[in-house]
Amino acid sequence: MEKFTTHTGIGVPLRQSNVDTDQIIPAVYLKRITRTGFEDALFSAWRKDPSFILNQAPFTAGSVLVAGRDFGTGSSREHAVWALKDYGFKAVLSSRFADIFRGNSGKQGLLAAEVSQDDIELIWKELEHAPGTEVTVDLVSKTVVCGNIVAPFEIDDYTRWRLLEGLDDIGLTLQHEADITAYEATRPSFKPKTLPARLS
Amino acid sequence: MAKTLAEKVWDAHVVRKGDGDGANAQPDLLFIDLHLVHEVTSPQAFEGLRLAGRKLRRPDLTIATEDHNTPTLDIDKPIADLTSRTQIQTLRNNCAEFGVRLHSLGDAEQGIVHVVGPQLGLTQPGMTVVCGDSHTSTHGAFGALAMGIGTSEVEHVMATQTLSLKPFKTMAINVEGTLRPGVTAKDIILAVIAKIGTGGGQGYVLEYRGSAIRALSMDARMTICNMSIEAGARAGMVAPDETTYEFMKGRPHAPEGADWDAAVEYWNTLRTDDDATFDAQVDLDADTLEPFVTWGTNPGQGVSLSESVPSPEDFGDENAKAAAERALQYMGLEAGTPMKDIRVDTVFLGSCTNSRMEDLRAAADIIRGRRKDPNIRMLVVPGSARVRLEAEAEGLDRVFKDFGAEWRFAGCSMCLGMNPDQLEVGERCASTSNRNFEGRQGKGGRTHLVSPVVAAATAIRGTLSSPSDLDPAPESAAIRTDAA
Repeated sequence: MEKFTTHTGIGVPLRQSNVDTDQIIPAVYLKRITRTGFEDALFSAWRKDPSFILNQAPFTAGSVLVAGRDFGTGSSREHAVWALKDYGFKAVLSSRFADIFRGNSGKQGLLAAEVSQDDIELIWKELEHAPGTEVTVDLVSKTVVCGNIVAPFEIDDYTRWRLLEGLDDIGLTLQHEADITAYEATRPSFKPKTLPARLS
Repeated sequence: MAKTLAEKVWDAHVVRKGDGDGANAQPDLLFIDLHLVHEVTSPQAFEGLRLAGRKLRRPDLTIATEDHNTPTLDIDKPIADLTSRTQIQTLRNNCAEFGVRLHSLGDAEQGIVHVVGPQLGLTQPGMTVVCGDSHTSTHGAFGALAMGIGTSEVEHVMATQTLSLKPFKTMAINVEGTLRPGVTAKDIILAVIAKIGTGGGQGYVLEYRGSAIRALSMDARMTICNMSIEAGARAGMVAPDETTYEFMKGRPHAPEGADWDAAVEYWNTLRTDDDATFDAQVDLDADTLEPFVTWGTNPGQGVSLSESVPSPEDFGDENAKAAAERALQYMGLEAGTPMKDIRVDTVFLGSCTNSRMEDLRAAADIIRGRRKDPNIRMLVVPGSARVRLEAEAEGLDRVFKDFGAEWRFAGCSMCLGMNPDQLEVGERCASTSNRNFEGRQGKGGRTHLVSPVVAAATAIRGTLSSPSDLDPAPESAAIRTDAA
């Protein structure tokens, strides 16, 4: 995973709460077996509407999405994160993220920064007042800067550390393989196994 | 120390305690007892293993099935959609390469992954269960800690049989009282979501408690736990009891003999201690609950079926007001319209929420001896091939076919329309599934989430209806109060 320390890019105000993962990427795009190439899929239904924010210059070149509360609800599809990244987004700001979406973002190096709703409203106003304004998301100091607005954001320490270091989760866990093996030896015999298969 | 059910299951799976509160403190590493796999969220994970030269650590704790893309008609023919076919073939290749048990289309154990696990007896109390699917919360009905995960975590579990997890907060959902006839588990969970909102459970594991929950069957408990994710929760649980054991006993992978006794002894400890405390608590009165239905485009936008479409002005919060306005526009509804005046085009009975035997029986009991509204298309999609076989053995297929419904093969089907079962633009559906998101069931489609008995009554009247709105059937059709 690429390291993330700070990013500055055009902010995109998405004034909408409950942006679910079916909107971020409709199920029809989930049939692909690759991990990349989802930029066309991002918000594909909404992008058919010419007035949608991502169809308006300069937001087409945006890389920091500023969304309403409860972003990424619904399906566990990591494709939602891949699509945002493939389009060019490096960070998403919201006052509340769905758990699985936030987890997926952390694994993929997309920064999900939890900013208070009051600050989100201020940033929305700024981005609408001066379209093209850049937003800086600094993971070291956990702050967002947009025009004169300086807002703190929340992210859990472990995800922050992994993003800053660009660390692979599986590699970290496999350092503890002896613990896993030791645990496995203690599992009770009544716990089910899928193999050999028993059928009705 | 007194513990909640969720904390007990958590503690029993800690492979390695976290490092504490430091900036790079690794959270608890938890062992995963069962990993369920399907074709949509696994190909990139298998590919990740291959690229890193890693093995799948525990094929004997992993099981796969085909469900999201599978057609519900002509299953003996090659899948017409080439990308769907490729994705399914990729799963087959991956399972063969990594030694994973797979139940393919045409197999009696194929079906929606969350129906298959419990049906085989692989889902048991006190387990940790994960799947690259948000509705993994279903398995919490057995007192398991069951979570949906993303593809990176799928790969992590494949490689290590563990997950690094931050502890969750706990929330008690107390449902006391007795459900009235025609009111079901689906109405309980829709009412809970309307009450706490789509983000209300964020960061929590929910435990459903109280006399109304204890009275529910396993099928009904699965319906409730299934939609925990729609309240934003990572998991939902019900403590195991005699109802759970009765369901488990004799299933192919249930423990036997001395193992059964040891298991039951352990399962009996899986109850929240009397003096344990929850971080939050929500109460719901089962006695006064009515059939529930959604009017909007997120599962929290619901009302009792006897109410009317709300007005955006009813919402104090500006964002909720804007969301309601947008939802009404998408749904083509006017504020103030009685919900029961809303005419639908399609009724979908299926999905991991409501596609088990009890759901099919409850709907069949309503429609038996009655006629379908001629303008309604009704799809009945059993949750698994096994459910389909059982339903046919009871003659339920005949009841549905005589009524004019389409009796299909098992899969996720119109819940998310990855296969050909989709709504047309503007088509309105009463659906027993779990998500009413824009375009979820097909581009431009409009979804009202309902229970199986409301779906059945709606198919008869053509408008959103509860069983109590129906004229008596020629031969009396009992309404099951315990229905999902």
